[in-house]
Amino acid sequence: MATTMQEKDVRSRVLALLTEIAPDIDPATIDPKRELRDQVDFDSMDRLHFAVAISEAFHLDIPEQDYAQLGALQTACEYVQRRSGGS
Amino acid sequence: MQVEFRLPSLGADMESATLAQWLKQPGETVRRGEPIAVVETDKGLIDIECFDDGTVTALDVAPGTKVVVGAVLAHLSAAGAATASAPAAAPPAPEPRATAPAAAAPAAAAVPATPAGAPRDSARPGGHTRISPAARRRAQELGVAVEVLEQQAAGGIVHIEDVERLAAKAKPPAADARSGMRAVIGNAMARAKREIPHYYLEHTLDFGAARAWLAQHNAALAIQERLLEGVLLTKAVALAAARLEGFNGYFRDGRYERAAQVHVGTAIALRGGGLVAPALLDADRKDLGTLMREFSDLVARVRAGHMRSNEFTAATITVTSLGEEGVETLYPIIHAPQVAIVGAGRIAERPWVCAGAVAVRPLLHLTLAADHRVTDGRTGSRFLQAIAALLADPQRL
Repeated sequence: MATTMQEKDVRSRVLALLTEIAPDIDPATIDPKRELRDQVDFDSMDRLHFAVAISEAFHLDIPEQDYAQLGALQTACEYVQRRSGGS
Repeated sequence: MQVEFRLPSLGADMESATLAQWLKQPGETVRRGEPIAVVETDKGLIDIECFDDGTVTALDVAPGTKVVVGAVLAHLSAAGAATASAPAAAPPAPEPRATAPAAAAPAAAAVPATPAGAPRDSARPGGHTRISPAARRRAQELGVAVEVLEQQAAGGIVHIEDVERLAAKAKPPAADARSGMRAVIGNAMARAKREIPHYYLEHTLDFGAARAWLAQHNAALAIQERLLEGVLLTKAVALAAARLEGFNGYFRDGRYERAAQVHVGTAIALRGGGLVAPALLDADRKDLGTLMREFSDLVARVRAGHMRSNEFTAATITVTSLGEEGVETLYPIIHAPQVAIVGAGRIAERPWVCAGAVAVRPLLHLTLAADHRVTDGRTGSRFLQAIAALLADPQRL
């Protein structure tokens, strides 16, 4: 999968995954730059669910030490692009 | 045989609930332990399970109706003992149940079995419309009827955007759901503090061995199989509760009743405030992978607003954990009629004397609140030490 995904496309897919694993979050209120745990009480289980959803949707193997990079919407999108957009 | 399906009590402080949604229609078969309706309580949305195998013959209450505990919600024609071979549309329940009324398993009598084959992500089973909690809340704010939403997305999931699309209307702002839950928590805790003579113990332990074991264990696993630290704690508490007398059960009618099974209530914070503590059933007898899957499923369903009624009433002991963001020590209040609750603060790196030298270690402050009518500090101390010993040697979990 060497094709570089469009930034907007990644953003909307990641946001859709977020609302799927946390349907009690109103996506319109998410500030992409803030840590999810600070703005919507993301706990370790939410974070794991988010990592699993991203891993499955983008076919990425995400090691445990990378979870921290999925802490905010923006950093999660950057992580996905970096990992799936070729090396 | 006609059977009445009544609204069960989901806690001593619950008097009524509002029927939110039917998950079954007349003519459909239901199995014991399968959700049949969703009700809205002060604790949030809860799936109410059926206590019998059978076929729905009539729904007696319309969505939106407030009903009191014990009210008849629906009628079923029960599959009798002679015709017990229910159509196996879903995978069978975990333990094969006797076709004749079983005299065995007295403790389990009040608790319907959880279907083992329940989809991992029960937040979105096919066939029924699911309305996300955020969407439901917004619908309430905007005055959109739930029935309208259900028609809009038959069989799918209704998200908050769907609600907003539908709501070209005005809004009577209502934020009573959270304040309702706050009142329920307040009443339950006030009663527990008033009636239960709590005693508190605290123990600090080095979580390093558990953490190292977990990192190694997880490194070899696919992301879907990895464990969280909280699962180790749940299992350790469950094993200790099964082994030591006086912490697993209920205090009712002036005496302690030991529970035969260990169902660990797990406090889960709700976004925007409040918490629920549904149970992980038979936590002492399940391996860590199974417990993790069930814990994960439980949180997903809490987030999606689909807890099951038996999970609410089954807990025999509770664990509450502040997670990574909290302070290091908490002093929880027992959830009556249980007799013990274990609290875990944030694990923080601190200086610790180990093998004669000061080292930086991840420390966990474990607290116990227990009922003095059942145990005293000495037994409580042994209980906490048993949990600590298990966490120090995680292979035993």
